[in-house]
Amino acid sequence: MKLARSAAAIAIAALALTACAPPTSNNAASSSDEQTGTVRVWLFSEVNQDPKSAVVKEAVTEFEAAHSGAKIDVQYIPVDSRAERFKAAFNDPSSAPDVAEFGNTDLASYVASGGLADVTEDIKSWDEAKDLDQKILDTTEIDGKNYGVPWFVGVRALYYRTDLLQQLGLEVPKTLDEVETVARAVRAANPDLLGISVGGAAQFSAMPYLWANGGEIATKEGDTFVSGLDSTESREGVAAYTRLLKDDICPAQTCAEFGGNASVQQFIAGKSAMTIGGDFNYKAVAASAIKDKFAVVPVPGKTAGSIAPAFAGGNNLGVFNSSERRTLAADFVKLLASKKYQQKMFDSMGNLPTFSDVQKSVAENNKQVEPFINTLGAGTKFVPVTENWSTIDAQGVFTGMYQKVVTGKADVNAATTEAATAMNTAFGSK
Amino acid sequence: MTALTPVLPDAPQGGTPGKGSTTAARKSRRFSNGKRGLEPWLYLAPAFIVLIALLGYPIFQLINVSLYDYRQAQVSGKAPLNFVGLENYQKLFADPQFWTVLGNTVVFATACVVFTLLVGSSLAVLATRLRPWVRSMLFVVSLGAWATPAVTGSAVWLFLFEPTLGLVNKTLVAIGLTQFEGYSWTYDKWSAFGLVASEVVWCSFPFVLVTVYAGIQAIPTEVIEAARIDGASMPRIARSIMLPMLRPIVIVVTIQSIIWNFKIFSQIYIMTNGGGIAGQNLVLNVYGYQQAFAASLYGLGSALGVIMTALLMVITLVYLRILKRTGEAL
Repeated sequence: MKLARSAAAIAIAALALTACAPPTSNNAASSSDEQTGTVRVWLFSEVNQDPKSAVVKEAVTEFEAAHSGAKIDVQYIPVDSRAERFKAAFNDPSSAPDVAEFGNTDLASYVASGGLADVTEDIKSWDEAKDLDQKILDTTEIDGKNYGVPWFVGVRALYYRTDLLQQLGLEVPKTLDEVETVARAVRAANPDLLGISVGGAAQFSAMPYLWANGGEIATKEGDTFVSGLDSTESREGVAAYTRLLKDDICPAQTCAEFGGNASVQQFIAGKSAMTIGGDFNYKAVAASAIKDKFAVVPVPGKTAGSIAPAFAGGNNLGVFNSSERRTLAADFVKLLASKKYQQKMFDSMGNLPTFSDVQKSVAENNKQVEPFINTLGAGTKFVPVTENWSTIDAQGVFTGMYQKVVTGKADVNAATTEAATAMNTAFGSK
Repeated sequence: MTALTPVLPDAPQGGTPGKGSTTAARKSRRFSNGKRGLEPWLYLAPAFIVLIALLGYPIFQLINVSLYDYRQAQVSGKAPLNFVGLENYQKLFADPQFWTVLGNTVVFATACVVFTLLVGSSLAVLATRLRPWVRSMLFVVSLGAWATPAVTGSAVWLFLFEPTLGLVNKTLVAIGLTQFEGYSWTYDKWSAFGLVASEVVWCSFPFVLVTVYAGIQAIPTEVIEAARIDGASMPRIARSIMLPMLRPIVIVVTIQSIIWNFKIFSQIYIMTNGGGIAGQNLVLNVYGYQQAFAASLYGLGSALGVIMTALLMVITLVYLRILKRTGEAL
């Protein structure tokens, strides 16, 4: 008994000593670059899938005709489970695709995982690239290298109810302060309505307030990012946004838990006078019961006539580091992200293009996208491009800061200081 | 034919008494003496192998990972793997959020255990007094709750407790409690925990009900009859006869409930949308998921897993110890 037990203990100790490190995979860039064969492509599946598939199919046909011996195999993956899919692909390069669509906020963490190939040279040698919106292209850049081609952008603007404002003789808000006063006035006259539906978890609605007040989420200092949330300007922005989540505009009881989507749903349901919604929400609003009673303007800035910097959301197309058909993959990315196919994607899906000239032409022909294009034109901003942002995001540091203020768990100073500390800790863990 | 004839084992100890048999007996004793250390292990081997494969290796890997700075970059081979010793644990212990989450978990799980046992046992006692068809109805209904997947149950409860359109608030307002007009059950920390706890109790009391009911049925009626003839009152019978006889069952049910309720994930994750407003409703398991998988801090998440495992083992051991001290062992 004793002997067996000590033998087992020795065996376990030996196992612990020799088995050492947890498993890691070798995710080095592939050395081969075959000119034929199948290029595997991952694109996100959509609620309304058919128009997207049709455009992609057209691009595939064009590509296969131009590259003999090459085939494109497109798979549509659900957005919700993308994290698991991509991680699995990075851990096991043999199951990875060659080309993938991905959200631009995910880029930095994918690059840190070594999953995405540097496509700087491909963009440089691409004749259409000079027309890419620089602010959007910047979101794909880490240490001077680009890891994706912007495929489409998404920005948010201010939706408002024309009928309600008219009834009360209110002007369309021209500054952020006016958004607040108009919202308060509407709710005072209609206690059943939210003055503006915004949410404690709607980070992309909160960001314009932060930036318009001169605040920053974080700035790069040397090698690392440093949070700017505890600056006076940022605090003003946080205070201004959280003033909307009060009983006289959008009660915290109701709104503290709203994300961006829930906020827009309130507007669509006719329960709020205003909201901050994306170009991608336009179709749903235009198909709702309030379709004849709303209009969209850019979210105004601090002073009349200015536009608050919007968060430049959107998706990129990128090449996987492990791809054995790098050239073919990059060529397909350039085709699908070309002006021609971005125009087609706009026509069928309403996705805003990433080329400045295409943006202008679609705005001229489509009145409804004008406020969004104007928002883009005024200059957009982005979250810190570092892999630590996804950690910060997953831990709810940024939205938690707003929620703590609106629920009264902390005041603006305490909440911003706490969030800045948490962010700096995350930025520091290289 | 002969080849297929099974080889019959030799009759043990032969047939002739006397010298031969004693030698055989001595031989067999010697055999068992020499190999006694090994023999029980041989019988246990299949179970051991399965346990090591299914339990030992994962736990070893969990502890192992918790000692490294192991994030997505390390997993996919982009960054070097560094052994950091107990740094992940130090980080957790120094983080006030960890202690808040731990406190939440203990309070929440304890409440769930207590209420599950109370509701389940009371209904089990009730079931013994019901007419057969009413009892069958009770069982069918509670088995329905038990069979409902946690995800579905949570979604349905959220639906019922929806602030403006939910049945609960509408009913409360209809009976005159106007303060529940648009009342959000998930806004306040403890009201959110209460909501989740009620769902947890709802879907786990049937297990207690069925087990305790079976236990009560297993008590021989003679024993109770005898007590009754001796003039014992019903409460006295319950306290002095039934409870002691149900003891082993109650112990098992309690330990199971503790383990299940400390590990609650789906209900919190779904009903409070991943941990509530500013993370106020995080419990250890959801917190661990958030750190390990959402934030890709696998090392830190594993440390949380180790702490969780250790905690559950300690709680279970302490519970068994207390029981041992107050009465007979399991």
